[in-house]
Amino acid sequence: MSHSNNDHNDNHGSVKQYVTGLILSIILTIIPFGMVMMMDDPGVGVIWAIYGFAIAQVFVQLYFFLHLDGSKEQSWNVMAMLFTVVIVAIVVGGSIWIMIELNQNMMPI
Amino acid sequence: MLGKLTLEAIPYHEPIIMIVLAAVILGGAALVGFITVKKKWAYLWNEWFTSVDHKKIGMMYIIVALVMLIRGFSDAIMMRSQQMLASSGGQGYLPPDHYDQIFTAHGVIMIFFVAMPLVIGLINVVVPLQIGARDVAFPFLNSLSFWLFVVGALLVNISLGLGEFAKTGWLAYPPLSGANYSPGVGVDYWIWSLQISGVGTLLTGVNFIATILKMRAPGMSLMKMPVFTWTALCANVLIVAAFPILTATIAMLTLDRYLDFHFFTNDLGGNMMMYVNLIWAWGHPEVYILVLPVFGVFSEVIATFSKKKLFGYTSLVWATLVITVLSFIVWLHHYFTMGAGADVNAFFGIATMIISIPTGVKIFNWLFTMYRGRVEMTSPVLWTLGFIVTFTIGGMTGVLLAVPGANYVLHNSLFLIAHFHNVIIGGVVFGAMAGITYWFPKATGFMLCEKWGKRSFWFWITGFYLAFMPLYILGFMGMTRRLQHVDNPLWVPYLVVAFIGAVLILIGIACTVIQIAVSIKNRKQLQDTTGDIWGGRTLEWSTTSPAPFYNFAHEPQVSELDEFWEMKERGIEQEAKKPYAPIHMPRNAAAGVIISAFSLVFGFALIWHIWWMAVVGLVGMIATFIVRSFNYDIDYYVSVEEVERVEREGRERRALPSARTPNDTVVQG
Amino acid sequence: MANNAMTSHDGAHDAHDDHEHHDTNGLKVFGFWLYLLSDCILFAMLFAVYVVLSQAYAGGPTGAEIFELNFVLVETALLLASSFTYGLAMLGMNRGDSSAVIKWLMITFACGAGFIAMEIYEFYHLIVNGQGPDKSAFLSAFFTLVGTHGLHVTVGLIWMALLIFQVKKKGLTEVHRGRLMMLSLFWHFLDVIWICVFTVVYLTGVML
Repeated sequence: MSHSNNDHNDNHGSVKQYVTGLILSIILTIIPFGMVMMMDDPGVGVIWAIYGFAIAQVFVQLYFFLHLDGSKEQSWNVMAMLFTVVIVAIVVGGSIWIMIELNQNMMPI
Repeated sequence: MLGKLTLEAIPYHEPIIMIVLAAVILGGAALVGFITVKKKWAYLWNEWFTSVDHKKIGMMYIIVALVMLIRGFSDAIMMRSQQMLASSGGQGYLPPDHYDQIFTAHGVIMIFFVAMPLVIGLINVVVPLQIGARDVAFPFLNSLSFWLFVVGALLVNISLGLGEFAKTGWLAYPPLSGANYSPGVGVDYWIWSLQISGVGTLLTGVNFIATILKMRAPGMSLMKMPVFTWTALCANVLIVAAFPILTATIAMLTLDRYLDFHFFTNDLGGNMMMYVNLIWAWGHPEVYILVLPVFGVFSEVIATFSKKKLFGYTSLVWATLVITVLSFIVWLHHYFTMGAGADVNAFFGIATMIISIPTGVKIFNWLFTMYRGRVEMTSPVLWTLGFIVTFTIGGMTGVLLAVPGANYVLHNSLFLIAHFHNVIIGGVVFGAMAGITYWFPKATGFMLCEKWGKRSFWFWITGFYLAFMPLYILGFMGMTRRLQHVDNPLWVPYLVVAFIGAVLILIGIACTVIQIAVSIKNRKQLQDTTGDIWGGRTLEWSTTSPAPFYNFAHEPQVSELDEFWEMKERGIEQEAKKPYAPIHMPRNAAAGVIISAFSLVFGFALIWHIWWMAVVGLVGMIATFIVRSFNYDIDYYVSVEEVERVEREGRERRALPSARTPNDTVVQG
Repeated sequence: MANNAMTSHDGAHDAHDDHEHHDTNGLKVFGFWLYLLSDCILFAMLFAVYVVLSQAYAGGPTGAEIFELNFVLVETALLLASSFTYGLAMLGMNRGDSSAVIKWLMITFACGAGFIAMEIYEFYHLIVNGQGPDKSAFLSAFFTLVGTHGLHVTVGLIWMALLIFQVKKKGLTEVHRGRLMMLSLFWHFLDVIWICVFTVVYLTGVML
């Protein structure tokens, strides 16, 4: 019995892929750290920027390390993950929205 | 040495508890003695406790659930009688301290240890059979899930005789549930019983998603799956998405209580409103985890007994999917009054009203399935009809509560209590009863006695209306929930009626117990030799009753929705002629029981702050896992001779008379 | 052979056409993936709580006062390197080279252990300075979020040690391959969570 060579984990794995992932990850880590550590008075724009870099790095790792892609054999894995992302967005976003409103209404400073 | 545990922990001063304890101990001793005398321990251990067979695990879930139903109902009838006696100046017979534990235990037990295991038990018994699989994806995990759930149930029951249970209400809102205001062990019992059984539930969720998505019979595409399997899939998706929220929330409360953290405390920046927010972000999907599978049960029952294809299968599936997603955007309606403001309340109020639309779609699906069908008035159909009427009323009061303005009046009143009992009893309990009656012959090989089943239904439904309609009125009259005593003679007549309703429900439960006893006694006359006693439509009816441990000798090939019905139209006989092949099956496993036993030690030790014992429990769990990981011999092949023998016996049984044939409307027993 | 039970689109054909060898590993990895997604939701809740409580200092220290970005950068480097070396272990597995698997797993283990050691040092340092989780809601949320990640890494390390032992003893059997794949998912997943941790907790924390 051949071992799962079309499994998403070892399917497209190659040294080149892992090295690419590593280099991209390093870049996407160094830049936000650098921005925060170098700047004297980072503004709100910087916060958005570092969140952007984080999201980019998450995608890099999902693709190069976890080998998630749009291929057909991955569809259930990707679909399950997208559902999770939606739920996380709803619950985290909703919770923060609710708590901000509650703080404004119930705990005026 | 024993932490906070001393002899004082036994509530000697509470005569009611002591009598119950004595009865439980005597009953337990009698049971143990009976099993020992009959030399059944080895049988129980080998055939049931260590079994990884989904059907047996499902039956064990349902048995535990029915036992816990009796425990939870005892709490209910005590509350009804206490409120009846203590509403015009009297004090009743339950002191506040005890009454608070009772309403907390009632809620916890009914949701986590009755409704959940009833639903999960049915899913276990039915889903692999419906999709033509031989077991679930991870049979060992399934056994572990069950036993972790049992540990949770055990912890709740231990609290009765050792220490106390939480006095906080079933969701243990802080700061009341924090260490300052609940210094006793009650909340800790609550925490660990829910955490341990919650892990089991999460594993069940993972298990059944994998089973349904990956192990369907060849040809069964998603839109050819039976409706019950669809609803089970959605419920398990909700479990996997929602239970981690509960785990995280309770873990934070635990840290507050044990290690002086400040998530939800009054002081040092804690925010108890975040707890309420999080617990309901789990709590609302939980409602749909319970109710979606019973929607599936009703769909199967209605189609089978109307002898018609389910009306609007596709719309029903889509309604289920829509509910699955929408159930995550309505949670704030549980705390409109906390003060999030008009825009937030409006959003969640509207979302709540929208979710009633797909539910309404389903009601029409069932009605149109019956329309012009030849509906057989068996007890599963009675439960279904009772559900349709009752659930619709409950749904409408729910929409009323979803109006934020009205909610400010009705919040935490008995109107709310009436509403959620209306949907949970009318939905989940009736559905579980319908499902148990419907699939009982498939699991055991004989039917449940119809006469006692119908009696049970009529007592339940009259009892329900008498018990809860007065509560709607009392809610409008201003009576709030969780009152140990109150002085208002105007409310007394309603509370008396509600009590009478509870007594009728008690008789209904008694009828079910009698029904099971009578059916076991008359199992020869009630035998289902056909395997298809109701004239079913889906694959579970194509195998013998009870189903062989490998479910199907030949893997079913599916080409249609309602495959078995189509198969019968084509003629079954030609399917049975193929030669048998060896069948790959998992071996029984004791590790699930052992790991759970250590988790019981672990939970108990943490409740009583016996740290060394907690270490023993934790190390025991991990060690058992590691030892199991060295066991590579976890499955085997059933030989062709064995399959032939089982199948031959099945065919021989078919020659015997059956209690009922599919076209038979006269039911014996 | 039909080993794509976890990947076939509607699961209907391949999962079953040879029931005798149903692809246990594919199924297990899919189940484990579902578990990881639930774990992801658990972390999401801890993040939500952290964000809500991130300025509830209650007179205690702020993030800017206690976070050392240089330190966090080294932790990040260790974890990222370990993710990479785990990948190399998986490549070794694909070649059937069990000694390479063991070598790379050991290096991965060392990086992970280094990460945990640093985190323990950070926590210990804070607690002895009177900045423990009992001081404010912010610190409670910080310790819990970062600590939960650390706990996961610790579990991963125990699992890795066990797997190194098992692979050494019995080689790259089918069962062991399945476990290596699952641990791989777990390990990369923890790295993804760490990206969110250093962004939301540390980088944002020093700016607030």
